[in-house]
Formats: sequence, structure tokens, C-alpha cells
Amino acid sequence: MPQTVRVRVRRQDRPGSDERWEEFAVPYVPSMNVIYCLMEIQRNPVTAAGVKTTPVVWEAHCLEEVCGACTMIVNGRVRQSCSALVDKLEQPITLAPMTKFPVVRDLQVNRGRMFSDLIKIKGWIPIQGTYDLGPGPRIASDQQEEVYKLSTCMTCGCCLEVCPNVNSRSSFIGPAAISQARLFNSHPTGAMNAGERLDALMEPGGISECGNAQNCLEACPKEIPLTTSIGTMGRDVTLHAIRKLLGT
Amino acid sequence: MAKQKHIVVGGGLAGLMATIRLAEAGHEVSLISFVPVKRSHSVCAQGGINGAVNTKGEGDSPDIHFDDTIYGGDFLANQPPVRGMCRAAPGIIYLLDRMGVTFNRTSEGLLDFRRFGGTLYNRTAFAGATTGQQILYALDEQVRRHEAAGLVKKFEFWECLGPILDDAGNCRGVVALDQTDMSVHGMAADAVLFATGGCGIIYGKSTLSTTCTGTAVSSAYQMGAAYANGEFIQVHPTAIPGTDKLRLMSESARGEGGRVWVPRRAGDNRAPKSIPEAERRYFLEEKYPKYGNLVPRDIATREIFDICVNQKMGINGERAVYLDLTHLPRTTLDRKLGGILEIYEKFVGVDPRDEPMKVFPAVHYSMGGIWVDFDQMCSLPGLFAAGECEYQYHGANRLGANSLLSCIYGGQVAAASMIRYAGGRKSGAGDLPPNLLTSEAGRWSGLQDRIGRMAGPENPYVIWKELGEMMTDNVTVVRDNARLKATDDRLLAMMDRWRRIGLPDSGRHTNQGLVFTRQLWNMLELARVIVVGALQRNESRGAHYKPEFPDRDDASFLKTTRAVWSQAGPRITYDAVDTSLIPPRKRVYTTTGNEDKKEAKNAADRKGAGAPAGPTR
Repeated sequence: MPQTVRVRVRRQDRPGSDERWEEFAVPYVPSMNVIYCLMEIQRNPVTAAGVKTTPVVWEAHCLEEVCGACTMIVNGRVRQSCSALVDKLEQPITLAPMTKFPVVRDLQVNRGRMFSDLIKIKGWIPIQGTYDLGPGPRIASDQQEEVYKLSTCMTCGCCLEVCPNVNSRSSFIGPAAISQARLFNSHPTGAMNAGERLDALMEPGGISECGNAQNCLEACPKEIPLTTSIGTMGRDVTLHAIRKLLGT
Repeated sequence: MAKQKHIVVGGGLAGLMATIRLAEAGHEVSLISFVPVKRSHSVCAQGGINGAVNTKGEGDSPDIHFDDTIYGGDFLANQPPVRGMCRAAPGIIYLLDRMGVTFNRTSEGLLDFRRFGGTLYNRTAFAGATTGQQILYALDEQVRRHEAAGLVKKFEFWECLGPILDDAGNCRGVVALDQTDMSVHGMAADAVLFATGGCGIIYGKSTLSTTCTGTAVSSAYQMGAAYANGEFIQVHPTAIPGTDKLRLMSESARGEGGRVWVPRRAGDNRAPKSIPEAERRYFLEEKYPKYGNLVPRDIATREIFDICVNQKMGINGERAVYLDLTHLPRTTLDRKLGGILEIYEKFVGVDPRDEPMKVFPAVHYSMGGIWVDFDQMCSLPGLFAAGECEYQYHGANRLGANSLLSCIYGGQVAAASMIRYAGGRKSGAGDLPPNLLTSEAGRWSGLQDRIGRMAGPENPYVIWKELGEMMTDNVTVVRDNARLKATDDRLLAMMDRWRRIGLPDSGRHTNQGLVFTRQLWNMLELARVIVVGALQRNESRGAHYKPEFPDRDDASFLKTTRAVWSQAGPRITYDAVDTSLIPPRKRVYTTTGNEDKKEAKNAADRKGAGAPAGPTR
């Protein structure tokens, strides 16, 4: 009998409808990942008990952990399912949608708020226009390495998922957007409107709602120094508030 | 100027660049994308973006970049647009720099450049080894700024089903599907841009992202848009084999000094690091002493394929060769290649700083695409295209790090053309023929209902898997007419099987199976364009290699393939290629001296006489 992989998937047909678990037995192939399991289920949408079902809905795109799309909870831990290798997972493998975002269907959730939050913090360099104005500012190599790390944030939502202060009763913007504010405030041109980003972080749901649990640091698949970003932005917000108070 | 209404389909580099330009000119843009635009496939581009900024004292220039690109593409590209792109390249890199792209820097704080395939110059700007991601994010941020200002409206998790044509055959908008509630909508526009990316998913497993099916351009093709050079598919020499996808291992690994080798003795199964230097065969360096590991992709791919498949010299007899970085300092590797090494580590579980990587070629890029004129307009007036979905900039083989450039340049040219086109027309989005939107939406909605009711024995994902395996086996590195013919026959059989699909999901909320089934048909139609184009091109040029016809045949085939849909299959005709700037010459990378560099320079001088040298700072 061929070796199989047991996969339990939390199913939900639409927002607000009942949840259920379904278990599948997927043929094992060497070096398979969770995405491959879900693809096998598409080709043969039958549960381990032999009951016909629908293919599992999930969001995926690049499959090499740079786009952030396929984030879900694998064996209790939030991560990208593409880089979740079956050989390294305990079975049955359980797959569930993230809990801090509304479920669309099965494993797909709506992370739209994360993109709106990037508008709130004015997450861009305010260039004058895209016509030819010559090179940008010179930047030291060390500085580039520091901001490059911040700029690899793929808006996957892992940091929000593990943050106790991101929940249905709070409007906390979460670590990702705060770190992005730091990214743009570090750029010589971005720094020119740093104050506007700090203003955004002072609003309700802003940086003051961070409870310093530090779970985000651990959860970030790109190892972005999120707690350092929150610390730096916290200090800048305080200084900014004092300056505003003094009218300087 | 009156405010115009534009639709951009696709939110990768080309679509975002065009969106920015349209919004910057004060026009409204509806941006339609399968995925949140920040997750578009451009995110996968690793190595860098080319532009002859010449900061390394090498005497590089945009005209030499132009020559490298035309020569690398085996003279199949129309030359004037390629020259435009290469001349614009330094300005584009500076623009991205101003947008805050985190490019690597020199000790002086200037942009750093590295070498890539098919050139002898350090011409590639890069941000670690996730350059595409970094550039995509910068453009995404600029679009967000226009979104905040109310000029751009995003339709994410939406899909463009096809263009809307009026009686005169002009494109007047698109029909789009909200993939969440499966509702179908007609959307009017003064001009429409397709920036929908490549079609590599036709090959099943490739280096592409899951949505790169070519479905939107296939739909336009089936409605009359010409498709050009479909048979030119780039197979990247170095990818990591995988069960769900073949992950790219960037050319930048070789640009930074990575070496490709196999053990000299077949079946030598010692650990790679214990094999002495003299017992390793650096087959690219041996055959191409000057370009070494940085020959153009089609050539590197054929050599690796030959070593493994014909000579049976792959590692342990498998289809794999070593890509070795272990002789390079770890700090350099981390700083310049961190992103891709992390991918190898995460997906293979081996640290490529300590142990040579095992790689094999994989389908990577489509040089061909929807036919466009020099203004990026398709054969359907009012419909424009930019980025990988069109055919214009890479000829028969694309040079590494030219794709990000062609996306951004194509997006810029398209936006300017769309504004001009819309400004010059009497009728636009505001005065469509009555009922055109509703009747077109109804037609597509009807098709969706019919697919939704399909109840046969076939599974769409199973057909797709077979399609991918068949295309990979028969229409990639080495092509043979008998096998191409058999492949086309099997495609027809698959189209028959498609009609007997049973939809695995009857729900009307986020029904991915229904969406995929419709796209699968479009993939099959486009696959025929690739196969029939390859069958009829009896020569070898760039990525298209037929041992029966081993030479380039300029007399018969220095021509753009043009495929037009018909009931009986793709009708193929050929257009002359504009070679007015660089006379075609034989493409040879095996020379040992400085002939190539001199030849490129001479060619650039000949053609550059009297023309501005392009931006050099």
C-alpha cells in the first residue's frame, strides 16, 4: 500500500456559515509541501472516508515565500504554506485559516485592512513626478542593508495573527504598518514628511496600543526586526508629540 | 485635457507603471487584478534590472546595451522599440532610485551594478536578490498614493474575462468577474491596457506564479487580436526541482561568480566538495571561455540539457548539475544573494553557502505575446498591452534583467499612447453603443453558467497536469516536427476532453474550480499557438531549437510569427522584422578574444552615427 499523508482541513463555505473539518489522505511524494497536498486534493476531491467533496479554496501565488499570499495556520503555527515541507511536519497536518481576518472561504481570508493601513501611514516616497529628474539621494551601503530588510515585508499578516493586541475589540494597526512607517521615515526624501506618518501612528489604534508582547518578532517569516521598528517609532512619536506641544 | 477613464488589467510592474503615468496625467484608472497587486508575479524577479549607467569605467553605453539585446535575441526583435528601451533604461533606474527602491550601493553610496548573461559589462542594478519584489513594492506604493487621492480604483480578486468590442472592432472596455461573489460586470473605458504577464502555467510546473496562465490574452486572441512569436518560450538554465513548482535560481548567482559543473566521471557519487578541482567538468567555461557561465540563457540551457539528457553526465545520472557558490565569501553571498539562498535553504534544506546547489532548466518566460505596434497597441484598436504578455522587446531569447526593464518601459510607452488615443477619439467611455455593456456581461455570464453546469467525468486539474507534462516534454529545449504534430493532435483531444469536464464545485461563492476550468480552455487555445508556431518554423533561432534544422535561416524566417484565431486553429502568417539599425550577423559566443566587445562597439558606432548617445551621467 502506498504511503499517504494525512491532512485535516478546516472548511467554511462562505462568511458566517458553519465550520467543519475534513480529513484527506494524500499520496506521499518526496520533498512535497502543503501546497502540493492541496493540489492533490484538487485533482481528487475525496475525503479519507471516501466522501466526495469540493476542492479546498486557498490563496496562493508565487509559491516561493516572497508574495505572502498562501499564509495560513499549519499545525497551529501561522506561516506560508508553500515553505511548509511535509517531511518536517507532524501528522495529521492541520490547516486552518488565519483568525484575525474575516474568512472568505475555507483557508482564504480577507487581508484588505493591511493594505488600507498602508494608506493611513502614507507608505510611499512623495516623489515630485515620474519624469526624468536624475538620480536619487546617495545612500550608505550600511543604511541600504538596514532598510532592505524592512522593505522585504510581504504584507502576509503573520505578525498581526500572533499579536494579542490585534483583536476584534481593538483597532490596533499592528506591527507591519508601523515598521513600514519606519522604512519611509528612514529614506532621505521620505523623511521630509516623517511628521505626517508619526501623526498617523498617534491616532487611535496607533502605536500606543502595542502591548510589547513581542510575538511579532518571532512570527515574521522574513525576520524583520519588528520590535526594533516599534521601539524606534515609539521614540519618534514621543519626540514628535513633545515638539508639537511646544510648537517647535 | 478632459479627464479620461482607463482600465488597466494586471498589477505587476507594467500595469503599475502605466497606472502611475495615467494618474499622474490626471486620468481615472480602474486597476483589475486577480491577486492584490502587491503579490503580482513581478515579485519573483530576482537578479536585477539592466541599464547602461556606466559607473564602473567600462565604457558601457545604451547603444551597446541595445546591440547586446538584439544579438542576444538572435535578431528577431523589431529594432526601433528596443533602442528606445535601452536609451530610456538609465533614466528608469534613476526614477526607481528616487522612488526609494533599496538598490545595493557602492562604498561611495552610488548604485551598484553586477554582470548578467549575454553581456560583458556590469549593467545590472539590483536589490539583494529580490529586485523584482523591491521594484514592485515601490510602484505599488506610488499607486497607493494615487489611490488615496481618488484617481485609482483597485478591483483586486477580480478577473478580466475579455475585451468588449463595438461593431467597428474597437475595444471599448472589458467584462470582468468579481471572483468573490462570482458576479460578472461590464466596464467601459476610453482605452484598455493588458499587462497580464506570461503564460508559463501552460507548462504545468514552471518558475511562474499560479495565475500566469495567459488567460486574458488568450481571450483577446480568440476575439481577433493577433498573437506574435508564441513559439519562443524561454527555459531558464537554473531552477530548483519541486513537486508544486520549479523555483528559480537567479542568473545573478552566476553573475556574482557562481560556477556550473558536473563530475568528470559519469556516476561519480562522491559528495561534491570532496571531488577535486581536476575531476570536475566546468562545461560552460570550457566551451565559452570568454562569457563562461554567463552565456545567454538559451545556450546555457541547451548545454545543461545536453550534458544530462544526451551525454548522461548529470549528477548521479539524474537531471541535475551543480551550481556552485561555495568558493565565495559568506558575507558577499548574504549581502548580494541573500534572498535566493534563503529560498534554496528553505525548500531543499541545504545551505548553498556550504554545499553546491543542484539545479536543472525550467520554463521561465514567454518572449512571444500579444502582437502590438510600436505604440503598444494591439491589432484591436483601443486595446494596448505591456510587459511579458506582449512580444516586442526580446526577440528569440530574452537577456536576464531585461524583463523588469521592458515591463516598466512598455508601461510608460503604453500610458502615453493610451492618453493620445483617447484624446483623439470622438467617442469614449461616456457614449458606448446602447446595451453593449449589459449584452457583453450577459454573454460571459451565460458562458459561466454553462461551465457551472458541466457534469462529465473529467477533472480540470488532471487535464492541466497532463497538459503541462506534455508541453514540457515536447515543446521546450529540443523540438522535433513529428513530436510537435503529435502534441497538437493531443491538444485537440484535450479540448474534446475539456467538454466532458465535471465541475467539482457547484457553489457560487469564490468558486476557484469554475474559474480555473474557463482558464484551462484559454490555456489550451494558447498552447496550440505555441505548438503550431513551433511546428511551422523550420529553423533554429534563440530559444527555438530544432536539430532537423540546426541553423538560423534568415531568408525564410527572419520574420515575426503572427497567429490569428480561426475555427480550424491558429492561422499563421509572417511579418518582416525591422532590422534597420543593426544588420543581422551570425550569433556566436564561443570566441576567445575581444571580438564580441569590439563587434558590439562597432555595431553601436555604425548605427549611432548622428544619433544622440542617450543619457549618460
